[in-house]
Amino acid sequence: MEYLYFPGCTLNTKAKNFDLTARTCASHLGFQMKELSNWTCCGATFPLATDNLMALLPPSRILANAREEGTALTTLCAVCFNVLKRTNRLLQDDGEKREKINNFIEKHYEGDLRIVHYLEILKQDVGFPRIKEKLKKELGGLRIGAYYGCMLLRPFKEMAFDDKERPTLFEEFLEALGAKAVDFPYKTECCGSFQSVGSPDVATECARKILESAVKSGAEMIVSTCPMCTFNIDHKQMDIKAKYLHFREVPVLYFTQLLGLALGLETKALGFELNFVDPLPLLKERALL
Amino acid sequence: MKVELNRQRVHNDFTKKVELISGQNLFACYQCGNCTAGCPVSFAMEIGPHEAIRYTLLGLEEEVLRVNTFWLCASCLQCTSRCPKGIDIARVMDALRAVVLRKKEREDAIRVSELPEELLERAPQIVFVSGFRKFLS
Repeated sequence: MEYLYFPGCTLNTKAKNFDLTARTCASHLGFQMKELSNWTCCGATFPLATDNLMALLPPSRILANAREEGTALTTLCAVCFNVLKRTNRLLQDDGEKREKINNFIEKHYEGDLRIVHYLEILKQDVGFPRIKEKLKKELGGLRIGAYYGCMLLRPFKEMAFDDKERPTLFEEFLEALGAKAVDFPYKTECCGSFQSVGSPDVATECARKILESAVKSGAEMIVSTCPMCTFNIDHKQMDIKAKYLHFREVPVLYFTQLLGLALGLETKALGFELNFVDPLPLLKERALL
Repeated sequence: MKVELNRQRVHNDFTKKVELISGQNLFACYQCGNCTAGCPVSFAMEIGPHEAIRYTLLGLEEEVLRVNTFWLCASCLQCTSRCPKGIDIARVMDALRAVVLRKKEREDAIRVSELPEELLERAPQIVFVSGFRKFLS
């Protein structure tokens, strides 16, 4: 199995650990991720103003170029996934906009790529039973909260990723790795997103609610699929701590780091140095390292 | 907030502009408040999203463009997925932003030069790219 791969701007820099672990895990699990030969930033927001065609050009160009190289495109970042999947859908359904956009980018793209998230590959194409066979390390009942955030799921008709209010795919993945998935009420709640530049205090508050909800439900660790969420719920723990003295830090990992750990990758290949809250003490305590 | 209702202002040009940009029919809203109840940032909003929709429908341009509601929207689409009338509320919030950002004064909602150095170092690109798309004219 080979998938075209769109890393996105952040996975090439601040979330390098997400990118590297995903690639290594893919080769362990027997599928290839072929990085697009020519890609740009997707724009990091799907434009909600219906007349804003300009913001649709970068994702459309990425998709059109990708179609020349293959038929299935995968990505890891939940925001990129959202932007690419929604744009693809729009190019399929809206003939008038498709024509305008194609004229502008000088391509003839019809929206016929399959856009698939890495987690969907793991479930549908590789299969959790096969992942189980490959595990070198069971996660020994580590209690983990799966944080979906918004962009994987909403708008649910277009994303069609999982149930809109009570998704379970991420939990199934964690259970397959031998962890105990902790269900918590804020797992699909917004992390505050780009409000980190608009109203940082509001974003910090959103993050605090998510973290406290997960910890109260028994989570010792949280996994995420998005560098934006991870910035808000991992790096901003510093700001939460400054404001709430009783707040206890909780490690936040990308799901591929956890997968890599279970597949037996070396610690230095897991890129923990880019995680803000150090997960090493917890992993050592559980004899996972 | 004290507002003065006037029959002439209901569904005026401002309302129609918001409807055009958002692609939504604001008459569909029956003020159930589901959007506001589920909104993760409504705690910091001066009026809830459902109120912002009502103000817009009543043509209260100045009043609604003055509040922080639509600037605080994080486009998480919780409201959109829960609206019983199928209104894409996040699109309405973005349309209100667009109305302000597209005015000929081209005034930005954030000052990039005033962003703290520490944020520029810590935050990933994705935060800035999407933030700038939402707050700059």
